[in-house]
Amino acid sequence: MTTEAALATDTPSGGRTAPAWRHQHVLDLDDFGRDEIDAVLNTADSMREILDRRIARVPALRGRTVVNLFYEPSTRTRASFELAGKALGADVISLTASMSSVQKGESLIDTVRTLRAMRADVIVMRHASAGAAYLAAEHTDASIINAGDGAHAHPTQALLDLYTMRHHFGDLTGKRVVMVGDISHSRVARSDMWGLAAMGARVVVCGPPTLLPRGLRAAERPAHAETALPPVTVETDIERAIEGAHIVMALRLQSERQQGGLLPSVGEYARRYQVTAERLARAHPDHLLMHPGPKNEGIEIAADVATSDRSIIEEQVTNGVAVRMALLYLLAGYAPGDVEGGAR
Amino acid sequence: MPDMPGLALDAQAPLLDEAGVRRAVSRLAHEVVEANGGTEGLVLVGIRRRGATLATRLASAIASFEGVLPASGALDVTLHRDDFAQRGLRSAPLPSDLPSIDGRNVVLVDDVLYTGRTVRAALDALNDFGRPKVVRLAVLVDRGHRELPIRADMVGKNIPTSQEDDVRVLLQEVDGRDAVVVVSKGGAA
Repeated sequence: MTTEAALATDTPSGGRTAPAWRHQHVLDLDDFGRDEIDAVLNTADSMREILDRRIARVPALRGRTVVNLFYEPSTRTRASFELAGKALGADVISLTASMSSVQKGESLIDTVRTLRAMRADVIVMRHASAGAAYLAAEHTDASIINAGDGAHAHPTQALLDLYTMRHHFGDLTGKRVVMVGDISHSRVARSDMWGLAAMGARVVVCGPPTLLPRGLRAAERPAHAETALPPVTVETDIERAIEGAHIVMALRLQSERQQGGLLPSVGEYARRYQVTAERLARAHPDHLLMHPGPKNEGIEIAADVATSDRSIIEEQVTNGVAVRMALLYLLAGYAPGDVEGGAR
Repeated sequence: MPDMPGLALDAQAPLLDEAGVRRAVSRLAHEVVEANGGTEGLVLVGIRRRGATLATRLASAIASFEGVLPASGALDVTLHRDDFAQRGLRSAPLPSDLPSIDGRNVVLVDDVLYTGRTVRAALDALNDFGRPKVVRLAVLVDRGHRELPIRADMVGKNIPTSQEDDVRVLLQEVDGRDAVVVVSKGGAA
């Protein structure tokens, strides 16, 4: 690098470039490039370091307000967004639908506008309907983070999954990542597919045919649905799916979203699709086991496997705070028309 | 070496050349040990990015004449700055990496002391890691124009400057050569 080139990208505080960031909202990962995902994961590295400090709080987002707006139950996502906002010095309030004016019939759009009128800068939203976060984003200039919309998307979970995988494996190009379980009703699986595809991983999804979304296999895919989901390998046989896997991710049966009649019985499902030590013996010797939680041990995952030394499930939870800090920070720094990060 | 604002980087001689930087680092190293009365309890904390590089150099310089390598670390202040709203995402935050600073004699190290705002942010950030016995400030270049009540305890070189200019410290490890140069604000060329 010539000196002039070095100086051109320099800032007075050191020689580094701005993170590649082009989003006002985080709705799903289908419009994220690899450079942007890398920007989130690199920023999350710095946030992890802050969380290890004796006083885990920095003033970067002092004076900003983050509102958690949850129309569906949540433990880890909501708690981690609260901790993430507070660690960055933001004011964080959490609303649940049962305690808000939603009970009095206020519409989603009205609620979001009301929160913006109170100067909310970021609204973290979870809703049972697919597309709810997109609707909100159309009606406010606050930043919307989709913390789960129906069975559609859960981008922050996918980013923390990618962060956790990268921490152990480095570059994910060519890594075999197998998701087992209720793929149809899993917003985590959908967002993970986009994120993993962007990072160059080989994605395998596995479950009973009734719990696999239609159109996943290329041959079944109607022409117009070409971009509905990224290319993945589909398996209905768990033994074959796990063969050589670097990462095995077990997914919960989303009984609250299932219409019924999709499975003969939970016992039958567990016999055929539970992630067990015996089945994991077919995976890559360095394989790791993940689960987005909440997990039902004895159904989609065996209890001894969930707590084994191959399990990085708790690490996912810790990393969730760091990744959400990174997102809040990047969104706060978003500038419309900013081309410094290399806008598309 | 005259201060010549507005000139392109390659069109003028540096304020400090390679030998000048080497002498300034060596002088700083001796001043740090003198102020500390030896190397007992000494921790060098460099402010990322070039301050951290300088802290490493100071540590090895001190080791060469004291025979003891003092502890050193790197501190990133991006998330402690007071101008995030104005600057936005101009530079990506990096992780800090510090040894224990509790009860130790911390010397903050940076390349250029200017407004003092970076040092203010660094003092804030240090608080989150522990409670040092004393904190001193060592800089390679003091260029004046403070906006906060902050001064350096040890200075490699005082350089009077115009506010229209930027002073850049170039270091081998980061930039491929050692020098201190003046560039006009708004671009290197």
